[in-house]
Amino acid sequence: MDFNVIKDYLPLYIKAFMLTIKIGWIGIALSLGIGVISAFILHFKIPFFSAVVKVYVELFRNTPLLVQLFFVYFGLPKLGISISAEACGALGLGLLGGAYMAESFRSGLGAVKLSQTESALALGMKKRQLFTSVILPQAITLSVPAVVANLIFLLKETSVFSAISLMDLMFTAKDLIGLYYNTTECLFMLVIFYVIMLLPVSVLGSIVEKKARFKMFGD
Amino acid sequence: MEEILKVNGLSKQFDDLPVLDNLSLSVKKGEVVVIVGPSGCGKSTFLRCLNGLEDIDEGEVLLGEEKVNPNKKNLSRTRERIGMVFQSYDLFPHKTILQNITLAPIKVKKRKKAEVEEEAIKLLDRVGLLSKKDSYPRQLSGGQKQRVAIVRALIMHPEVLLLDEITAALDPEMVREVLDVVLSLAKEGRTMLIVTHEMAFAKAVADRVIFLENGKIVEEGSPEEFFDNPQTDRLKRFLKTFSYEK
Repeated sequence: MDFNVIKDYLPLYIKAFMLTIKIGWIGIALSLGIGVISAFILHFKIPFFSAVVKVYVELFRNTPLLVQLFFVYFGLPKLGISISAEACGALGLGLLGGAYMAESFRSGLGAVKLSQTESALALGMKKRQLFTSVILPQAITLSVPAVVANLIFLLKETSVFSAISLMDLMFTAKDLIGLYYNTTECLFMLVIFYVIMLLPVSVLGSIVEKKARFKMFGD
Repeated sequence: MEEILKVNGLSKQFDDLPVLDNLSLSVKKGEVVVIVGPSGCGKSTFLRCLNGLEDIDEGEVLLGEEKVNPNKKNLSRTRERIGMVFQSYDLFPHKTILQNITLAPIKVKKRKKAEVEEEAIKLLDRVGLLSKKDSYPRQLSGGQKQRVAIVRALIMHPEVLLLDEITAALDPEMVREVLDVVLSLAKEGRTMLIVTHEMAFAKAVADRVIFLENGKIVEEGSPEEFFDNPQTDRLKRFLKTFSYEK
């Protein structure tokens, strides 16, 4: 391995790293928003909207991100809407993640024991008070592990952004390999940068998970 | 004495299975009524109908003048007046003991936090758990959790307290500490409906004992009559299952 090559490529990788993170987190923020709203709609069984959400979740969970990105990137301009590759990436990731987040939050809401609802009702609480002060805090804690898993999954999924010519980590690595054939160095740096991006999320995630578990169950 | 709770011809079915069959009961202010019976006789369902946790198919439940009806909007108001403690405690795991107790008075009754906390602390002290006020439910034993659950119901100043097998999930030693609290509540004249399998406790605490089977009242009477001189064969057989002879 040639460390001079690594040094030369470093700025390009850092640039790609920043872009990947930027789009990744915008997409994730979007997915959290979509996920929470969708989960509420499913939990409260709001007519019509809950059917829409179900179709959306199944559609996006059962198609690859690459296909979804192609639809957004090449499909939207045909409808007269043109958006940048970056926005496209964030939107695609947000829609994919939203479907997964919706399921995670919904299962968290569903996992709060019925007896919690009953004991709150027996104290004279109204449905809304019961939801905000009893169900929701427990549901959030219960969905933490699934949400953390989703975060890591979504950040890894950013690697398909290169397909819509976004200059993310994957694109940069492939590009450099194509130009200069320094395959070993380029792939090595690719792995390292992905680890740098994901390790903190993973570590932080498991700390939050442990804390949440402890608060709820004491172990 | 003044009648506080009245049940007229209460019937309930789960699908095709009748659980409560034309049940009528009247409870006076300050009276402690204990309901016993075999599993599946409808004891718990009966209590749950009284505060609208279960729908009623036929009949009515009156709390004072007010009708308890699950389809009415004032159900949460009625529930403020009927406290209930469950077998599985059901404290809120994400809140401290003090927060568990003060949540409903603050949110539902809109009382001032400082005032509610002061009362909560007094009540906790009374059940011997003042030192646990900042702990979480997971840090407490079953008996301690159940005493907190009782305090959580008491602080709403209910006119009637429903206790649904509150010691069924506890170790024998913890049963005692919980039942002592209930006994002291009976002494101060609280109106209670108690479902239990603890016969010795039933005898001590009750003003009236009711034997329920297949959703019907088979026999009722004062604890002395009920336990020492049962009339029906069915009750005799039931009581026999609690005594052991070699």
